[in-house]
Amino acid sequence: MKQRHGAVVQAAQPIKNLIQRFAYIGLVLAAVAILMFGKADTVLIEQARIYVTDAVAPILNLLSRPAATLSNLVAQGNELVALREENARLREENARLLQWQTVARKLDAENTELRNLSKFQPQGTQSYITARVIADAGGTFAHSLVLSAGSRSGVRKGQAVISGDGLVGRVHGVGPNSSRVLLITDLNSRIPVMIEETRVRAILAGNNSTRTSLIHLPPGATASPGDRVITSGHGGAFPWGLPVGVVASVTDDRIEVQPYMDRERLEFVRAVDFGLKGIVTLPRAGKAKTKDRP
Amino acid sequence: MVVKQQSFIQRLDLLARNITPFLLGLVLIMVSQLPTHLPELGRISPMLALIAVYHWGVFRPELLPSPAVFVLGLFLDLLSGGPVGINAMILLLVYGLVLSQRRFLFGKSFAVVWIGFGVIGAAATLVTFIVVSLYHLTPVSPQGFLFQFFLTLGLFPLVSWLLLRWQRLVLRG
Repeated sequence: MKQRHGAVVQAAQPIKNLIQRFAYIGLVLAAVAILMFGKADTVLIEQARIYVTDAVAPILNLLSRPAATLSNLVAQGNELVALREENARLREENARLLQWQTVARKLDAENTELRNLSKFQPQGTQSYITARVIADAGGTFAHSLVLSAGSRSGVRKGQAVISGDGLVGRVHGVGPNSSRVLLITDLNSRIPVMIEETRVRAILAGNNSTRTSLIHLPPGATASPGDRVITSGHGGAFPWGLPVGVVASVTDDRIEVQPYMDRERLEFVRAVDFGLKGIVTLPRAGKAKTKDRP
Repeated sequence: MVVKQQSFIQRLDLLARNITPFLLGLVLIMVSQLPTHLPELGRISPMLALIAVYHWGVFRPELLPSPAVFVLGLFLDLLSGGPVGINAMILLLVYGLVLSQRRFLFGKSFAVVWIGFGVIGAAATLVTFIVVSLYHLTPVSPQGFLFQFFLTLGLFPLVSWLLLRWQRLVLRG
């Protein structure tokens, strides 16, 4: 009985191997097919991505807490070491900032006055949704973050995401409990910006490295290192004037911008609802326009 | 009857134990995506899934069959925000390569296993770089891939040791 059983197993072994081999090849082909399908049709893939991310968001949220605690401890240790220098630096900075405060107050008063004079229409009210960064995803493939807040907290696709330093990116996918942010350094990120000093408009393009570059400058226009780059508000997706970065280097074929946001230090960020519809709902806006015309 | 029931529980127990390599893979993938807040490390996440697939491929391939590798890869792709399918493909290719080279790797000293991982991991990184560049139709910065590879290579002993402990403790063998 035992021997017969063994014989059956022996006879079945090559068949089993064959099936396994076919299954393996089938799976590899399936992976390639999914890769190509994802390039062609992104909607379904994005849907799956949102679903999976949302499902594991609670686990990520939990796991990211010890990691954050640990890094906080390291940061605190570092701070203790550099306390004296830091103090001196801060005092100096404080003195400088107080000067700026006076200037800002003056400008603010002047601004209010001028707005009153010209009956300036301010943009819609802004609301902020603060969220924790629970995953710094992608590594070398893509530059994106996963946030702990989703559509239930009011996060919507297309909202600008900012940190204390400046623009971080834009909400790219939203699930009920999590959302995905496309960083401005991602290969697919294109943001309308302008150079603060000269008001030259350009597009800020990411390339999956820490620096971004300015493209589509008007002919003849240029930038010089040290220029501040802010959002231009064109296209209606982002409001005007969010700080983005500073021009770091200018060569003949490339203007590099160092973003203000520091990806490694993003812990809490804010999704900002400016009430702008812009690029995200452009088809619908177009329809509404044609309806209004007759 | 009693014997049958016991064997059923035993089988359930065995199943629960044997599914742990897959679950560990899921956990490792999630861990690899956590924000580390360390300078220069946030950009590059170690390929912990690659370590897991290589490890089980060398030591206990029957515990991580190719469909499980496929699902792990897909999970990583969906979570990481990169092109979907790329890690599923890469992990499966690595898995197949490890199985075909298993007699050179299995039962050898740790250094040999580590060097084997270095060679296969380098090949996987190179293929990933090429596929990602083709996918985006533009060469992406190779620097990140290099860092990612060396980080993963450096983490291999630690992760592999943890998996080995798990194997001894839970899987008994």
